[in-house]
Amino acid sequence: MPAQIRKLIVTTDETRIEMGRAIDPPAKRAVAVAVIANPYAGRYAEALDELIAIGEELGGLLGRKCVDALGIQPGQAHSYGKAAIVGEAGELEHAAAILHPKLGAPLRAAVEKGAALVPSAKKMGTLGTAIDVPLGHKDAAFVRSHFDAIEARVSDAPRANEIVVAVAVTSSGRPLARVGGLQVSEIKGEDGLR
Amino acid sequence: MIEIRRIVTMVEDIHHEFGPPPPQPLRRGAIAAVLTNPFAGRYEAHILPMMEALNPVGIDMARRLLVAMAVPADRIEGYGKGAIVGAAGELEHGALWHVPGGYAMRELLGWKGDAKAYAAGKSGDPKPSQPVSSDSRASQPGNALAIVPSTKKVGPPGAALDVPLTHINASYVRSHFDAIEVRVPGAPAADEVVYILTMSTGPRVHERVGGLRAADIAQWNGLR
Repeated sequence: MPAQIRKLIVTTDETRIEMGRAIDPPAKRAVAVAVIANPYAGRYAEALDELIAIGEELGGLLGRKCVDALGIQPGQAHSYGKAAIVGEAGELEHAAAILHPKLGAPLRAAVEKGAALVPSAKKMGTLGTAIDVPLGHKDAAFVRSHFDAIEARVSDAPRANEIVVAVAVTSSGRPLARVGGLQVSEIKGEDGLR
Repeated sequence: MIEIRRIVTMVEDIHHEFGPPPPQPLRRGAIAAVLTNPFAGRYEAHILPMMEALNPVGIDMARRLLVAMAVPADRIEGYGKGAIVGAAGELEHGALWHVPGGYAMRELLGWKGDAKAYAAGKSGDPKPSQPVSSDSRASQPGNALAIVPSTKKVGPPGAALDVPLTHINASYVRSHFDAIEVRVPGAPAADEVVYILTMSTGPRVHERVGGLRAADIAQWNGLR
């Protein structure tokens, strides 16, 4: 059964000036959020197949929404991340079922390649709970300029029987990255790490 | 005077709220620009030059919001505006948004009135053609006739503002009374102001508490 989506929210965040310095081109991040019904709310289910399928569906949908909102081609994406907030009639494992088994492949298709692990966060929450979606470079997890996070929050979700699912994509690193480490220009992109 | 540090846009599609989903989801959008507050940290008596300087900012934000919402201007049925002033500013700095924010959206959505009168605080609104014919649509003098509702506050970074939404042509259309929460993580800093515009494509998703219907607007005076 496909995801029962109550709301879809896409936010873009464009930084033009940071600490008085012009950022040109601006640093851009997008986060797409779906508010879905939790098919396992209120009961213990051993197998979480429906949520695994929903994760696969949302990885592509939300990834494409971010890329569209950034106004870029898929190959121009820099970093990505994912997160979920489970309403109180669910359990933390429901977030894991959405995020981990199958969400990644269609998200990687939406941003091209994606050799690196998709960093993630999850929590139980209530209406208006905020979650910081971690961000890391999509092809090399050790790129230090791209370690970041973007906050996702829906004022009226998750209700008890809902799950908030967020996917974030950027077209840049942090606005004034200057703490060294592996640079984008040094990415080999083979093992997903460097 | 104008220094824009960040621009955040948000578009949401509401498919249902546990009732029968409408054929087309309600789309609501908000855009927030984070600006340096040139008056932060002191009392400045003459702040009106900033209102003038904000005019192109408002126009740019209204256009960006419409692009982000990906609908033609004639699909927009509701609007609103707001401001969050950082801790080193005063509420009045948020009030500078009243003319530039309201005017920018109304102009974009087809308002045909007198812009100078509007800026001076007079109505400037176009009059319905007389006599008002039985086909009320025929008397409609342009679009965006209603006042743009607003909220403002002084707040810390990440403060949430509930920005009201009402029908663009008649403030009393009950199905379109709504609000959208807008919040920029990390802003406004003490010396910043967040200026906000919001738009929607229709009524609340399961509106059913009666009152004036959008289809029954007849006076074209911005109210009914």
